[in-house]
Amino acid sequence: MAPPPYATTTERGWHYIFRFLCGLIFLFLIGPILVIIPLSFNAEPYFTFSEAMVVLDPAGYSLRWYEDFFTSDAWLGAIRNSFIVALFSTILATALGTLAALGMSSRYMPYRATVMAVLISPMIVPLIISAAGMFFFFSKYQLTQTYTGVILAHTALGIPFVVITVTATLTGFDHTFTRAAASLGASPVRTFFKVVLPLVTPGVVSGALFAFITSFDEVVVVLFIAGPEQRTIPIQMWSGIREEISPTILAVATLLVLVSIALLTILELLRRRAERLRGLTPN
Amino acid sequence: MTGLAATSGNDLTTADGVPLKVSLSRAQRRNKIKAVLLVAPLFLFLLVAFILPIFDMLLRSIDSAEVVTHMPNTVRAISTWNGEGVPEEAVFAAAAQDLAAGSRARTIGKVASRLNYEIGGMRSLIMKTARKAKKLESGPYKAALIGMDKRWAKTDVWQLIKRESGSYTLSYYLAAVDHKYAADGSIEAKPENLQIYVNLFFRTMWMSGLITLLALLLGYPVAFLLATLPMRQSNLLMILVLLPFWTSLLVRTTTWIAILQSQGVLNDLAVWAGLITDENRLQLIYNKTGTVIAMTHILLPFMVLPLYSVMKTIPPTYMRAARSLGATGFTAFRRVYFPQTLSGIGAGSILVFILSIGYYITPALVGGQSGRFITNFVAYHMQQSLNWGLAAAIGSLLLATVIVFYLLYNRLVGVDNMKLG
Repeated sequence: MAPPPYATTTERGWHYIFRFLCGLIFLFLIGPILVIIPLSFNAEPYFTFSEAMVVLDPAGYSLRWYEDFFTSDAWLGAIRNSFIVALFSTILATALGTLAALGMSSRYMPYRATVMAVLISPMIVPLIISAAGMFFFFSKYQLTQTYTGVILAHTALGIPFVVITVTATLTGFDHTFTRAAASLGASPVRTFFKVVLPLVTPGVVSGALFAFITSFDEVVVVLFIAGPEQRTIPIQMWSGIREEISPTILAVATLLVLVSIALLTILELLRRRAERLRGLTPN
Repeated sequence: MTGLAATSGNDLTTADGVPLKVSLSRAQRRNKIKAVLLVAPLFLFLLVAFILPIFDMLLRSIDSAEVVTHMPNTVRAISTWNGEGVPEEAVFAAAAQDLAAGSRARTIGKVASRLNYEIGGMRSLIMKTARKAKKLESGPYKAALIGMDKRWAKTDVWQLIKRESGSYTLSYYLAAVDHKYAADGSIEAKPENLQIYVNLFFRTMWMSGLITLLALLLGYPVAFLLATLPMRQSNLLMILVLLPFWTSLLVRTTTWIAILQSQGVLNDLAVWAGLITDENRLQLIYNKTGTVIAMTHILLPFMVLPLYSVMKTIPPTYMRAARSLGATGFTAFRRVYFPQTLSGIGAGSILVFILSIGYYITPALVGGQSGRFITNFVAYHMQQSLNWGLAAAIGSLLLATVIVFYLLYNRLVGVDNMKLG
């Protein structure tokens, strides 16, 4: 977008300065994430570019940190744990959250604002407080240091994201569809699976992705309530950063960036699909 | 209108003769029950897995059952003591009995830790006396206890036991705001060198304020650009905002360690460019600077997204109209565009501020000594000093602050309108 034709010379100047500043801010946003990718191929155990790397000497690059990662039992166990916990908590959070969002979007829901504030609260309460509370409470029922405990905790933390995204999808939902289905003789359960669910699926899927990444990335609660058996990737990174800082962490970080790019792509495709259905995009 | 038949006057009924009003309210009640039943499982789940644990923790901040549970005889005997001088023989006898029993049952350590939070040295006094009290067979107990340790002749030791003999205490909250009970039971400030939490609270607040301000300064132009560019370009640039948002928090913190540390990318670059010499590398991390830079980066998307969603709704024609009426670009922006973005500024700022004061991971990893937040002390008392009462008291003060801002956010934006991505 060029500056408007009526702009004065000074305004044109400002326009380009503004563009330049925005460029710098985008660099600030994305630069750090891009910098670690080449750093993770460093042949030396440092967190910076070696001279060999700068002159693009192949000897300066190596896959040793990736090798470290894929041959370490601790890291492989952490991957397994992260996926187990994230998968189960996502399923729970998505199921409970979707049902609740259906209720919340009904006109007849009493005390909606208050209930919504409660459902969103796990997102707002500082994690350290949730973690401390869960630590005390879960230990009373022998749930600390168990997979069940960690999964339940992560379900609670993922719920707000599912509720928010599915409720947002449902605000555009036409309730005459369900009535039409009912008048044609479908049972409520059949109506839900055949009519409602297909329409809200994009919202449910993006809510589920949010819940998944929340669990996958969560460290504070796991730090408090998980035992050595349940070490997840973030915990492994946390102790890696605090204890022996090695570029293996950069290799993990690079792999995690790839995971987030994959998730973001899925989300973007979903969004485009939804927009196309509503006829918003030019293509 | 076959289903409806008008009977007498305005009284409408359905085909089976039920008044329409009754039938309607019945249908509405059914809908209401249906909605409530849909929400109920989640609500109950959160109640049990989230709300109750937090209440449980809040209770811990005033809970003080150690003395009354493990020294019941002493508590009963001391209730008649007037708080002056040293209690009479009966109290000493009860104390000796409780200490011996507690030492045998290995529960006296809890009392010792509890009282040690209030007066340093109480742990050793209690543990030592308890060990010896087991061998004590007959009185007079007063002389015997004072013989074991002269501190038993001190008034403030007994006053402390009397004060903490209730089931609840405010002393954790007093400690959380750098105060304590004086010997006579009045409240006084702690010595200046022991005052940490109030300062830390204010530091957390002003650093969060600074982070919010920086996020606003950086986020506003970006959101403006995204909202005014054609959709195809803005979608592309939006990815640059969303990718950090979706990237693991620990990854982003790690990258800042790699970039900012003294042997890191930024310092190397500055040395190479000749801006600084090799000996004078900048200390950009493990201090306040590190915390502010890393957290601004991490929270920036939370500012950009609400701003963007507000700016998207402002028609570009408003600015053009202002220009056509003779306003300069700056005036048009200041008088027409900016006021319309205030709700977005409010929403983004409160969100970033709330998230910032509750942050733990990033300050703990890049904050060093000076860049730590109040949350780091909650974790310290939870995991290292094991003073859970104090951790709970600091935590509930933090929670209260967050709730105030959350209510403000709710007033301003409405949680219903919260959008993600």
